[in-house]
Amino acid sequence: MLAVSVALTGVLCVAMLLGLSVGSSGSSISTVVSILTGSNPTDSMASSIIWQIRLPRVFLAALVGATLSLGGLVFQALLRNPLAEPYILGISGGSAVGAIIGILAGLSRFPGVSLTSFAGSMITLGLILMISFGQTLIKKESILLSGVMINSFCSAAIMFLISMTQDSRLHNIMFWLMGDLSMADMHQIAILAACLLPCFVLIFWLSHTMNILLMGKELAQTMGVNVKLVTLALLATTSFMVSATVSSCGLLGFVGLVMPHLLRLLLGPDHRVLVPACLLGGGAYMVFCDLLARAIPEQGEMPAGVITAMIGAPLFIILLKKTKR
Amino acid sequence: MNAINAINASALTYAYGQSSVLNDISFSVRKSDFFIIIGPNGSGKTTLMKILAGIERPASGTVEIMNRPLRGYSRKDLARIVAFVPQTVSMDFPFTVLEVVLMGRSPHLGMLGLHERKDLDIAVQALAFTGVEHLAGRSIAQLSGGERQRVFIARAICQEPDVIFLDEPTAALDLAHQVRVMDLMEKMKHEKGITVVMVSHDVNLAAMYGDQLLLIKEGKIVSLGRPDEVLTFETLETAYGCTLLVDESPMGKVPRVTLVPRKFMNADRR
Repeated sequence: MLAVSVALTGVLCVAMLLGLSVGSSGSSISTVVSILTGSNPTDSMASSIIWQIRLPRVFLAALVGATLSLGGLVFQALLRNPLAEPYILGISGGSAVGAIIGILAGLSRFPGVSLTSFAGSMITLGLILMISFGQTLIKKESILLSGVMINSFCSAAIMFLISMTQDSRLHNIMFWLMGDLSMADMHQIAILAACLLPCFVLIFWLSHTMNILLMGKELAQTMGVNVKLVTLALLATTSFMVSATVSSCGLLGFVGLVMPHLLRLLLGPDHRVLVPACLLGGGAYMVFCDLLARAIPEQGEMPAGVITAMIGAPLFIILLKKTKR
Repeated sequence: MNAINAINASALTYAYGQSSVLNDISFSVRKSDFFIIIGPNGSGKTTLMKILAGIERPASGTVEIMNRPLRGYSRKDLARIVAFVPQTVSMDFPFTVLEVVLMGRSPHLGMLGLHERKDLDIAVQALAFTGVEHLAGRSIAQLSGGERQRVFIARAICQEPDVIFLDEPTAALDLAHQVRVMDLMEKMKHEKGITVVMVSHDVNLAAMYGDQLLLIKEGKIVSLGRPDEVLTFETLETAYGCTLLVDESPMGKVPRVTLVPRKFMNADRR
């Protein structure tokens, strides 16, 4: 477990260094290192680009990737299905409806749109819990089905709102729907991190319980697990942290599906290993995708969600074929 | 308040909505007995076992395990004296056999389930006891039904319980594996002094292995006692509502129950 953590931390650091050195004005890795260590105070232009533009962005990407991967991992354990992810429950859909309403109302990106989007996802989560509460809470099918229905409803609502919009706000909406890390500033990231870190700790604390939950609710119960309480705690925590990231940077698909799956294939199914691995690996993957999103277009950049989906979908099919064998 | 009883159940009732599943059931299970609950489909036998194991709560009535009320135990305390083996466990996650068996130590460990050398030894012994030590490194997803069942029994043993509950553990197994699992239960009772409570559909296996049988129908006790007391023509006909042939097993003083197909009944009449 220690070796895995060290290796993945290494990967994350390399991805972050690369992420810092890529951008429209360019910088070599050695320049980045010298600026970060403060041994090159002369180049103030490059210095401020790296400290004020790229570093927040790389941090945000790492944080978001870590959260989405961990969210996928938890949902796969809760639904006892290696192919689940938080987006499937409609939390992203609710978040998107909230964000679009915020954009249409002309609110500022932060905190305005973030808050409406967060409210949207919390309303969806409340709905899902209300529909599937009580006896059926632990029945994975009922959670899954109500989630799929709510997601479809949200998609329809998004399409409705988009078709009613014609001005420049449409571009804003589309960019948000495809996932966008460009608005990062350190203040916003600090708030996000303060929300997320306690969630990470709680989930790691429950990682062995997730292993036991995979054996079914009755068996878990006879092994001393309070199944209802743990399920509810994991569902609420994960939904909270996923909506926090979605509300700050839009929809980034496939990260929550691909990373837990890939890491499980490499490291086995023990959640005590997979929780830290998903945090580090998912962070590195997202930083890498964002790096491509900035490097590929000659001018400007493309939404990072385009890259995560374009890499994620084929990768996922390959992983699926590997597991089936 | 009998010191030789592992389980005392008194006046248990249970209902799903309006329909009553169990109705005023009282009985005791002696320590280190092989106790088998039989009865027709929908008789409430699995529900009864789940109530005894603390998985379901009765509508009224009390259960005592090792002379202490079930409600007096914390979840973790109960898990240290009671283990459960379900009929089948669907596992899409590729845990190794050793990892699954080690999870049985969880009630004895902290929140993160970090095991010590001692726990590993107990797990390896449990694997040897059920004869699956050669599978230790294999993925649980790759095993056959019979192997998987023995792994989950090893997991239950690893919990070091005083009482072990099994829900039709032989239902999906072939003949050789049925005998193997039942022999294993008997060995567990003899060598470890564990009380075994099992739900079964197979009255002949129950006759050959059970010390005490409980026959229930529509949530009420039809008969309780030794196999030769319970498995009589009259009680079986009352419980199952079909004609059965009961004679002595060629293996000794236990009853043997034979199904009588309609064509043979007609042949008798002719």
